[in-house]
Amino acid sequence: MFEVKSVTKDFGTVKAVNNLSFQSKQPEVIGIIGRSGAGKSTFLRIMNRMTTATDGKLLVDDKDVLALKGKAKLEWQRQCAMIFQQFNLVPRLDVLTNVILGQLNKQSVLRSSLMFFTREERHEALRLLDRFGVSHTALQRAETLSGGQQQRVAICRAMMQKPRYILADEPIASLDPLNARLVMEALQSISREENITVVCNLHTLDTARTYCDRVIGMQAGEKVFDDVSSRLSDQVAREIYGAEAEEAFESAITSTSLKSQVVRKPALAEQAVV
Amino acid sequence: MNSSITNLPNNLGRLELELKSLQRRKSIYTVFGIAITALIVVTGIDLANESNATPFSQGFTKIFDFPKDMLVMAWDLGFTRWWARVIEFTPDLLLTVNMALLSTFLGFVTAAILACFASQNICRNKAVVVITRRSLDLFRSFPEIVIALIFLYLIGGKSLLPAVFAIWIHTTGALGKLFSEAIENIDIKPLEGLESTGCSWISKVRFGVLPQVLPLYFSYAILRLEINVRASTILGFFGAGGIGQALSTMIQWRDGGRVVAIFFLLVTTIIALDYLSDWVRSKLIGARS
Repeated sequence: MFEVKSVTKDFGTVKAVNNLSFQSKQPEVIGIIGRSGAGKSTFLRIMNRMTTATDGKLLVDDKDVLALKGKAKLEWQRQCAMIFQQFNLVPRLDVLTNVILGQLNKQSVLRSSLMFFTREERHEALRLLDRFGVSHTALQRAETLSGGQQQRVAICRAMMQKPRYILADEPIASLDPLNARLVMEALQSISREENITVVCNLHTLDTARTYCDRVIGMQAGEKVFDDVSSRLSDQVAREIYGAEAEEAFESAITSTSLKSQVVRKPALAEQAVV
Repeated sequence: MNSSITNLPNNLGRLELELKSLQRRKSIYTVFGIAITALIVVTGIDLANESNATPFSQGFTKIFDFPKDMLVMAWDLGFTRWWARVIEFTPDLLLTVNMALLSTFLGFVTAAILACFASQNICRNKAVVVITRRSLDLFRSFPEIVIALIFLYLIGGKSLLPAVFAIWIHTTGALGKLFSEAIENIDIKPLEGLESTGCSWISKVRFGVLPQVLPLYFSYAILRLEINVRASTILGFFGAGGIGQALSTMIQWRDGGRVVAIFFLLVTTIIALDYLSDWVRSKLIGARS
């Protein structure tokens, strides 16, 4: 499916991503975990070509997509949809339009600029909204929706791109546990049903264990763990997270697990989130 | 006060003393500054008074002679005949307002286009940004009158076009600057969301930038329309036609009734525009929340 070959990103003297390599051979949900600043977001942005890598390759169908230019680059961005922590919808446009914007790559600039969308496009957007349980909001402005609804709309926009890959950058970090679970279940079902590989940055352990087939641990830009999620032991996780371990293990915070909410205690972890 | 210094650790106590002396010095400077300003104002008025042919005190009363004459002439006409003059100049007013509308619209469009290239967050090419910004500076650095006079001279003869052109250029410069500042203050997140879908730059601007800045654009443009109505009136004085030209002629003819009628029209228009822009702006802000 794709192969990451020693991708590196320098910010001045700091290596945000250092010689990262892995490959994915079948559709799966890959979770990337690590403390903040480990290079998770930077890597996803490199994959989607929003940031340029200093060095390295990303091979898809034997082509290095990091070297693509112009239309070919835009076409690659269409193929690997991105989901953001802050949803990144256009707040003043209605939900339906926001979803259809996922297909801008396929529409002529003049037609889309005048918002002439075809009946097929509208129907497909509505079907997607219905699938993820937000079709009743179709005519509302995106900014009036709750965080969980906005993230599901963002998933609809991503699906509208007809992607081969979905990159999710901390998709549940701004959501409450119930919505976080809905979003993670949506991503998991997309991967299973449509054979789409999902690469997902996460910062809580139980989410990674529950919803990911495979987990990659990053530390200071380097890969320190790469295996099926069941092999991710607490010991290894503690090493990956270092000083942030307490927060990562505290599953009540922006985690998908509803039960463990009762046992939230430390004020320290709360401060870390705020 | 003293006790607080003794309570403070040694280094902090010294800091406190230093702060105090700094404050004292500041207030001395302020007093000096006020004194010098007062001195300049007083001597300046005195100097101006001496260098004028007629002393200030005498000239001052004459300021009101001309308006008084005009008002008396208008009063003598009686309301119906004065109102007929108001109607007489309404087409001239419409011409002036039309000039302002057309040039504001043209300026709005060019400014909206150029602003995209003058904003660092959406135009990554630094050279383009610098060149566009400097040209916007250039466009608004010349007063409308100067541009209009140059074009009037080039065209030779009286025409509306130079005035429209002049206001258009100035409006482009003024609005372009404000628009690009609006763009640089937008939330970048929706823009990144669109970028990740692989859409073109134009689509990114259309859907990521425009919805965020358009209410602000309209608000600025209406303010500009107000300014441009005044500008096109003034340009009328220089042969651009419209109510400004009529006013200039009537002042020369010392036709008090008509001068007052024209002033009435102008003031009413400006007040009406002010109310209109308030109303539109409140609608736009209302639509936001």
